[in-house]
Amino acid sequence: MSGFTITLGLLIFITLLGLGNGLQNSFNQFFMDDATNTMFIFPGRTSMPYKGYNVNRTIQFKNDDLTDIQNNFPYYLEYITPRLFRNGIVTYNNESNSYSYVGVNPAHQTSEKTIMMKGRYLNDLDIKEKTKYAVIGRLVEKDLFKGKIALGEHIIINNTAYKVIGVFQDEGGDNEERRIYIPYTTLQLIEKNTDYINQIVLAYKPELGIAGAMLFEEKLTKFLKEKHEIAPDDQSGFFIRNIADNMNKNQQLSGVLTLIVTFVGIGTLIAGVIGISNIMVFVIKERTKEIGVRKALGATPFSIITMILQESIFITLIAGYIGLFLGIFVLNMIGDKLENYFILNPYIDLGTAITATIILILFGALAGYVPAKRAARIQPIVALRDE
Amino acid sequence: MIVINNLHKSYKMGSNVLHVLKGINFNVNEGEMVAIMGSSGSGKSTLLNIVGMLDLLDSGSYTLDGVPIVNLNETKAAKYRNKFLGFIFQSFNLINYKTALENVALPLYYQRVPKKERDEKALQYLTKVGLANWATHLPSELSGGQKQRVAIARALAAQPKVLLADEPTGALDSTTSYEVMQLLQEINDEGKTLLVVTHEEDIAKMCKRIVQLKDGIIIEDKKVNQVRASEYV
Repeated sequence: MSGFTITLGLLIFITLLGLGNGLQNSFNQFFMDDATNTMFIFPGRTSMPYKGYNVNRTIQFKNDDLTDIQNNFPYYLEYITPRLFRNGIVTYNNESNSYSYVGVNPAHQTSEKTIMMKGRYLNDLDIKEKTKYAVIGRLVEKDLFKGKIALGEHIIINNTAYKVIGVFQDEGGDNEERRIYIPYTTLQLIEKNTDYINQIVLAYKPELGIAGAMLFEEKLTKFLKEKHEIAPDDQSGFFIRNIADNMNKNQQLSGVLTLIVTFVGIGTLIAGVIGISNIMVFVIKERTKEIGVRKALGATPFSIITMILQESIFITLIAGYIGLFLGIFVLNMIGDKLENYFILNPYIDLGTAITATIILILFGALAGYVPAKRAARIQPIVALRDE
Repeated sequence: MIVINNLHKSYKMGSNVLHVLKGINFNVNEGEMVAIMGSSGSGKSTLLNIVGMLDLLDSGSYTLDGVPIVNLNETKAAKYRNKFLGFIFQSFNLINYKTALENVALPLYYQRVPKKERDEKALQYLTKVGLANWATHLPSELSGGQKQRVAIARALAAQPKVLLADEPTGALDSTTSYEVMQLLQEINDEGKTLLVVTHEEDIAKMCKRIVQLKDGIIIEDKKVNQVRASEYV
């Protein structure tokens, strides 16, 4: 009976914690597709006149913005890459389709967590030489090449031919796998040899932490406002999206979830312990007479306590073991079946599970100790009279 | 063997104080077989419990085999009980989930005798009470007389100085009672000291000495000619 309480307690604890972990997994899956130490800078239009400039001036980032950021923030910066988004018709032989193609730096691979399936990503030489190379998404290859090998073939993007040097996949979803990456310098060359760029993606060093990232964002904002002569109070000259900020909120949310789950789990464990304690009291009451007999035969209080404790630990151990494995079994059964309910790969690490079991056994022993101690104090004569 | 001087014992029953033993002076020598008689409420069981160190005395003195029994803590009392005394109860008090052999071996367990030696000795005593074939049976599979014989074997197993029997035949029919008494007489013949609490005249007459208790004092203490239980069996 008492064993059942413990089994159930541990089962519920493990299942809940596992599901909580599953929930956290889906959270991470949703929000961690891109590198988490990333910031995006989007250009905008000014909303205030400043230093003789009119309102509503379009801010245009250029290549020198990249180098300036690189030179001014070496302490914070891990890498930086521009992003020039374009849409166009892409043709291979007779197949053609509309895709977005992006001019980027090699560092963009890290920021998007692009995974190369075949060939290679763009490299620094491609940027320098302004090569007409393209890295295409898995779905682009599927659509245009129909199972043929794309590597080394030429595709035509808006009337310019590019050689396919790599195929990638991305966990960000179908849209991101329908992209084509080309060197941003090549794109600038084709577009009348400008040095314009749209977005800047940069990553700060992860060891800065969230606080460091916020400070960096602040300094960067100030620097860019000065450089582009935007009023210090103007919020719309450009925008910085800081993933760290988002992540912070998400982590808080999933942290709260875990906290709730843990709380419920611990509650169940406590209920289990109280259960054992209760049952031990009952068991001892039932065995008062036996304890009296044992004392009459020469059992010391210590040997009585030892006996009761051994029993309560034994029960807890067996029951805890069953609960542990039942819980892990249930989690395995659930597996990914609840993916639609945002529970992905529920798991509990063995360490936590074993800790829970040990705690339960420990408390089970403690729960047994109090009644055992009382049992040891029973006067044999009282115990023997107990019919 | 047992020396008791001016023993008093009272119980608190709510606000009333029940004075059960009012100055008992009582000696038992080695090898005696003493019956303590009296109607219910005369204090005979209380006396036995104090002798058995199951209960504490209020005033007076009690010496067992030369050892003064004073200021006992639980652990010390447990040791003395184990070493000096063997108990036989009216309701047998066998542990019902242990076999006859395990029950008999229990006092030896508390003497920290190794398992193998324990079982050997226990079987020896079971043989003595004629139940060697029942060693592996649980108490629930034994008759009342057999249970009491297991209990006697258990009481003997620790080789105590004194056997204390509280209404040993109270739960048995007369034939079985005589069998049990015969066994107790045989044990006494071997030199063990026995104290038997009973209210049955015929059982008392099978002892060598009868002590009459009434309202907490000894009113009569006489030697009798022992009636051998074997005559009835």
